[in-house]
Amino acid sequence: MTRKLLLENDHIEGIRTYDVYRKNGGYRSVEKALKTMSPDEIVEEVKKSGLRGRGGAGFPTGMKWSFLAKPEGVPRHLLCNADESEPGTFKDRYLMERIPHLLIEGMIVSSFALGANQSYIYIRGEYMYVLQILEKAIQEAYANGWLGKNILGSGYDLDLSVAPGAGAYICGEETALIESLEGERGNPRMKPPFPAVKGLWQRPTVVNNVETIAAVVPIINDGGDEYAKIGVGRSTGTKLISASGNINKPGVYEIELGVSVEDFLYSDQYCGGIKNGKKLKACVPGGSSVPVLPHFLVCKTATGTDRLMTYESLAEGGFETGSMLGSGGFIVYDEDQCMVKNTWNFARFYHHESCGQCSPCREGTGWMKKVLHNLELGKGKVEDIDLLWDIQSKIEGNTICPLGDAAAWPVAAAIRHFREEFEWHVNEPVLSQTRNFGLVSEKSFITQTV
Amino acid sequence: MEELKPNIQFPQELLDEVQRTVNMFPEGKQKSALLRVLHLAQAHWGYLSSDVMDYVARLLHIQPIEVYEVATFYSMYDTTPVGKVKLEVCRTGPCMIEGAEKIISYIEKQLGIKEGETTPDGLFTLKAVECLGACGYAPMLQAGEQYHEHLTEEKVDELIAMYRQKPLANYMGLKHD
Repeated sequence: MTRKLLLENDHIEGIRTYDVYRKNGGYRSVEKALKTMSPDEIVEEVKKSGLRGRGGAGFPTGMKWSFLAKPEGVPRHLLCNADESEPGTFKDRYLMERIPHLLIEGMIVSSFALGANQSYIYIRGEYMYVLQILEKAIQEAYANGWLGKNILGSGYDLDLSVAPGAGAYICGEETALIESLEGERGNPRMKPPFPAVKGLWQRPTVVNNVETIAAVVPIINDGGDEYAKIGVGRSTGTKLISASGNINKPGVYEIELGVSVEDFLYSDQYCGGIKNGKKLKACVPGGSSVPVLPHFLVCKTATGTDRLMTYESLAEGGFETGSMLGSGGFIVYDEDQCMVKNTWNFARFYHHESCGQCSPCREGTGWMKKVLHNLELGKGKVEDIDLLWDIQSKIEGNTICPLGDAAAWPVAAAIRHFREEFEWHVNEPVLSQTRNFGLVSEKSFITQTV
Repeated sequence: MEELKPNIQFPQELLDEVQRTVNMFPEGKQKSALLRVLHLAQAHWGYLSSDVMDYVARLLHIQPIEVYEVATFYSMYDTTPVGKVKLEVCRTGPCMIEGAEKIISYIEKQLGIKEGETTPDGLFTLKAVECLGACGYAPMLQAGEQYHEHLTEEKVDELIAMYRQKPLANYMGLKHD
């Protein structure tokens, strides 16, 4: 049976309220941290745990924390990134809605570790009802002495507030989030300077995802070494996976990193297999930005080994034959889905969400959307497929923030693995409007990459 | 919808809420309250007219242009009038493969409007929006701050009937009519 560290008490009635949360061991990590540990010791535990950023990038959290500049007399800030907007991802909403105090507990311990006295949770505006749940929980935490002045008599002060976004995927990028929290448009900043040096109001700032901050709680309770025992290699601990698409049991699952993709996809403990007895066509394992995998590369890598739910295994083979764990947005497509249409849908998303600062992204996403729409409608030419390849290659790496890459990768992967299906849309303009292509053949893929 | 005048003002309850928001930030950083205050203004007046935006600028001691540029950047803000109930149907990837397009056309048929339009009685606006973070419970729509998931045609009928009876969307904890 899989160990759960974040959703362990998820099933307990009333766990959203302070009293029930506290009765079930809540806020122990704050007691331990503030009474028995120094901030540096907490950072050390987080380093030992091997925890990596759960928002998508997978950067080691302890290392990110140790980069925080500490100039004398300048306040520092911890910001929680609750702007969950990556298509396929809905784990943070689940966690905040059901166990809001877990995030607040993690914010207190993490803020203490970083020497921050004023922290914020930036939540996407569409989650306004979750914002209210969080604010109620924060009030409870203040009333019970976990926030405010001189917490537990330690001399440490912390104020925590929630700030809403207003509908902008880009604000999940940390410098855009900072801009937005300053009351500006969500235009990402050039780096350097990095937020760790000049972030919110030009002060040293750490931005961490909801799940990352929540994971600090079991790390402090049980120790970084215990946490690191779970998982495989550099993928330690547990991860929340948002499962969606054509599967029997969509939802949020907490897995131990290292579970096989096959087990996650087919066992009744998790996704429960493909709906209606259909065949698997493709899978986007880490949110819409990561490369799509064709059916034959989902459960096995190109060398034939079992693919695991880890940062390394999902990336095995690079972008040629692998993908990324990303945010853990696991989207499953059955044989009736059209990859041209899906790629167009994602391209439209990125065009809509491009902030417009950088020309390659602003113009390129628009062109990709148009070209893909023509192909989807059976009005495309074979040259359009090459044109798409050309456009995506000129966006990737040429923008201030990673949204450009996020828009380019799904298009590149779709052409790489599903070129036959794109060509079929060109060659069968009438037929492609009435039925779907089905599965791509493994053979066509192999001849293309050689 | 009440007519907007240049001398518009929040009721005291909302002025208190603005103050509470400003107090979340250090002195001189009151501009950080802007996004929430715009949500409040939209919940209260229905949309962000230029009069409303000018008022928000005065409240936060910033220039009107600073409010305009924010109000036009974020997709949740409306700078032109919309219906009392905005039905925002997610159309991104996971919702698409679970039938978001069918739900959108069904609502179009039931309300007699196209996506992006408002019913002549000013009650409903239908909008297709990008991922709302409910991919495992697709297809879905948001009305006010309420998420409605696992949509079917029957569920859509019930929702439309319910909002016809009681278009009071609860938003940011505020009741508005």
